[in-house]
Formats: sequence, structure tokens, C-alpha cells
Amino acid sequence: MINQKKHTWRYRFVRDLKRDWQLHLLILFPLIYILIFSYWPMYGAQIAFRDFSPRKGILESDWVGVKWFVKFLTNYNFRQVFTNTLALSVGSILLSFPLPIIFALLLNTVENEKFKKFVQNVTYIPHFLSIMVLVSIMRQIFNPVSGIYGTVYRLLGGAGYATDFFGLPGAFRATYILSGIWQQLGWNTIIYMAALSSVSPEYHEAAIMDGASRWKRILYVDFPSIAPTVATMLILRCGSVMSVGFEKAYLMQTSLNLSKSEIISTYVYKVALGTGTDFSYASAIGLFNSIINCVLLVFVNQLTKKMTSGEMNMF
Amino acid sequence: MGRTKKRHIRKSRADLALQIAVGLLMLLISIVILYPLIYVVSCSFSSGAAVASGRVLLLPVEFSLEGYKLVFSYRDIWTGYGNTILITLVATALNLLLTTLCAYPLSRKRFQGKRIYMLLFMIPMFFSGGMIPSYLLIYNLGLIGSRWSLILSGALSIYNMIIMRTFFQNSIPEELYDAARVDGISDIGYLLRIVMPLSQAIFAVMILYYAVGHWNSYFSAMLYLRDKKLWPLQLVLRGILNASRMELSVTDADTLAAMRDAAELLKYGVIVVSSVPVLVAYPFVQKYFQKGVMIGSVKG
Repeated sequence: MINQKKHTWRYRFVRDLKRDWQLHLLILFPLIYILIFSYWPMYGAQIAFRDFSPRKGILESDWVGVKWFVKFLTNYNFRQVFTNTLALSVGSILLSFPLPIIFALLLNTVENEKFKKFVQNVTYIPHFLSIMVLVSIMRQIFNPVSGIYGTVYRLLGGAGYATDFFGLPGAFRATYILSGIWQQLGWNTIIYMAALSSVSPEYHEAAIMDGASRWKRILYVDFPSIAPTVATMLILRCGSVMSVGFEKAYLMQTSLNLSKSEIISTYVYKVALGTGTDFSYASAIGLFNSIINCVLLVFVNQLTKKMTSGEMNMF
Repeated sequence: MGRTKKRHIRKSRADLALQIAVGLLMLLISIVILYPLIYVVSCSFSSGAAVASGRVLLLPVEFSLEGYKLVFSYRDIWTGYGNTILITLVATALNLLLTTLCAYPLSRKRFQGKRIYMLLFMIPMFFSGGMIPSYLLIYNLGLIGSRWSLILSGALSIYNMIIMRTFFQNSIPEELYDAARVDGISDIGYLLRIVMPLSQAIFAVMILYYAVGHWNSYFSAMLYLRDKKLWPLQLVLRGILNASRMELSVTDADTLAAMRDAAELLKYGVIVVSSVPVLVAYPFVQKYFQKGVMIGSVKG
């Protein structure tokens, strides 16, 4: 009986393999690619537990246990770097997550198709600018002497020179988050606009028959119908709480705003490749970040699963 | 009857108010987004003196093409342009190849092993080895200082792959496969002759996503490339924008001022010149956008 079952299983496996061999062949190439470029670095992350020396290589360097993690957690920089990362990220979520939803709900009420398209296309533009260009534009505009910021300051009768935003630690978070909203607001509405366009007009007609105003229909027809999309996006967004992008923070850094602008990824870069050559220590910091990210993702996913009784599960 | 009518009028008045408020808000948002862009373009068409002294508010002041003359005579910018174009072309081609090879099998309903493959591809989306192990990989492969480091390190985006897979699943009916199967078509033949011709929209969107990504990236180049001759445009741009130091050998005040003006003007010119190709590409892809992104990202 057991033998027969095994035979059947094996038979089926071989049969499927014979049938699907071309598909397996196709996927082999991307598979090899991620094994090398994604999984090998994961394996290589073990240098976080070793004392890496370039001469000995990743696999031959001596084990040191959690030495580097302890070093980071007890480092005088730790609190600052960790707080900065978290503040930027949570601030971004709190502001830049709900805004596109509100924007999409409102834009969806615009009846003039041409105006709607115009607004959509205008708000898409900044998304295509590189971070380098974005930060450059900010630097030029906020230049206290030649930028529009300085000009307006003088026009309003300000004395002397305006304060340089990029030298002001207190301004870093606000400029970082607001410029992110400026760049991505329109683009982030795409998915919600798509969800809204699939709302059946019958719901709206029924609501109108019941005397619901446009405002009420936003709240009771439009919003509930995009709620599942909102939940999915929220999970994805929360999963990347700790992965604040290196690129923008690094470019917006000046020696004067470092107390607020130094985040985990820029710190990792500096420790290993910028001013230092401490590969193991930097890897440990990076790994610490990755693990927090992963735990958060699983946690948020579980939470949402409970809240929506298992309907929304991204895995 | 009268009451219903009254209610009807009041209701539409509230709707009208909402409509006007939303319209004004949308206009305001559009202005806030457009203004910095217009300002940058206007500066690039102004005279150096007007820019450096902050006289430009909205439209070009003392219209001149001086900024663009500076840009066009700056050699590094053209080297950077060439490097960026080369990397973007090769890398995007490789991206399309790998993404299709991955998305197509995973989109097939009856592909055995799909779940295991899917899991293998999903894990790197949520967990990565980090910056340093990736750097060491590139180092060990001997790719530091080579353009291949940029091309290979971003050859497949799992996120884009999933969009493409969803598109295949949702827009190509299963019956088509059954019919093709009856005609004796192989899996690869089905991909080449049926799936790909039907998926122009998603390919257009993928080209846009990947190409814009390569065009705009600077981080990998900063990590892996030392030689300035290989630098992509974005890194050249960084060099120009950071160069605020004047040549100290010049002591003449007028010359110094002229150089400062030119430096400011050059910055605006470079910002515009490096962004135009990406902005120009978008309208061409736009018509595919509705189909491509919508079907690819929204399930059901």
C-alpha cells in the first residue's frame, strides 16, 4: 500500500517534470541570479559574527560571536542613529501614507476629465526626477543667497542672510519628509485611483437615490471599496519601517545637521566604506537593521490578519 | 413633493461646494508641485548674474542660453551621459530578459513547483544580507571598477517581476493556453508567440520602471566605480553641485564674480539636461500605463 503510494508520487513527479521541463529551464536563469546576488550575501552576512580580515576572506575569518552587536548597542552613537532612523521612517509613514489616499479620494470626485488628467500628470512628474536632482533642486531653492528662499526672505525685509536649512539639524526631518511627499504624492495615488475606478457605479447610483451627498459617498462608498488595497499597502509600508533609503539621507547630510541626519544605512556606509574599513562591525549593524525589519513585517502581518480575520495576508 | 425638491437643491449645493473646494485644492497642489520645476527651468535660461543674485522669481530674467553653452562645453557631462546611456541600455535589456524568464513560469497555473520557487523569490524582498556582504560579493567577483557591477547588481527586481506575473495571470486567458496546447505548441513557444505579443503594455511599463531606475541611480556607482571616466551622469552631477569652492589663484574680483555666476548657472543647466530624457520618455509609455500597471498591480 505504502509502496504503491510512493510509486504514484514519484510517477507524478517525473511526469510533471517531463511536462514542465521547459518552464524549469526558463526559471533556472533568474534562480541562479538570485542565488548568487541575493542568497550569497545573506550567507556572507555571517561576517557580522566574525572578525573579518580581507586576507582570510569571509569563511576563514575568526568567529567572535555577538561582539559587534554588543559594540553597536553600547556605542554612544547607537541611540542617536536608531532614533533618527525610526523618526524619519515613522514620520514618513504617518504623513506620506494617508495623504495619497485622501488625495486619490478627492481627485476621484473631480468630474472634469481633462482637469483630472492634468492634475494626475503634473503630480507624477517629480517621481521621475532622481534623488540627486531632487536634493540639488532643494539645495538651490533653499540657498540663502541665490535661491528663491533667500530672495523671498529679503523681499519680506529679513535682515542679513536667511538661515541655511541644510545646516540646521532641526529642519532635517521636516525637509526630508516634505520633499518625499512632494516627490511621491501623485505617484502613490496610482494604485488607489485604479482601485477607485473599479468601484461599480451602481453603488453610487444607489447611494444617490438614498440622498447621499458626494461627501457621504466618499466616506461610505469610495473609502470602503479601497480599504483592502489600503490594508495591503499599509502592511508593505510598515514592513520597511527600518529601511530608510540611504540615497536621500546621504545627499542631504552636511557636517552641521549630522546629529539628526545620521541614520543606520549612512552609518553602515561610513563605518565600512567611507571613513573606516570595519566590515564586520558594519555588517552587524546592517544585519541588526534587517532583522528588526523582518520582525516588524511578520508582526504587522499577523496583526492585520487578526484584524481582518484572515482575509488580508500577504504571504 | 416640495420637500423632496428642496432637499435635492440643498444636497447639490453641498456637492457644489465640495466640488469647488476640491478643485481649488487640486489647483493649489499642482502649483506647489510645478513651481520649483518652473523655477529651475527659468533659472537655467537666465543670465548668470541674475541667478546668482537671486533675481529670478518665476520667469527667466535676462534671457540667455549661457547656462546651456556651459553645459555643452563641459566634457565630463558628456562622458557621464554616454556612460549612463550605455548602462541603462544594457541593464534594462538584461532586466527584461530575467524578469520575463521568472514571471512567465510563475504565472502558469499548472506549473509544478511554483510555490517553492515563489517562496525562494519572495524571501529576498523582505530580508537582505545588507550593504557590506553585497559589496564583498562584487569585490570577490572582481567587478569593482567595472560597469558590470552596476548592471549585475540590479538585474532583477522581484517587485517588478510580481507585477509582470500578475499581468500575465490576469490578462491572458487560460483557454488560450489550452487551445495552443492542442496545436502542439511548447511552453517556450507559447511564451514567444502568444504571451509576449499580447503583453506589450507590461513590457512598456517594465522598460520605463527599470530604465528610469538605472538612469537615476548613483549609489552603486559610488560604491563600485572609482574611475571618473566610468562615472554615470548622476555622479558627475554630484561633483558639479558640490563644487562650491572657487579657484583661489584668481584674485581679480570681477573674474571671481563671473566664475561664481557661471557655477550657479551650470548647476541649473545640468539639473535640466539630466532630467529631460526621463521626463520625455514618460508620455510615450503613458498610453500603456493604464493597462500595464492597473492589471499588474490590482488583483481581481
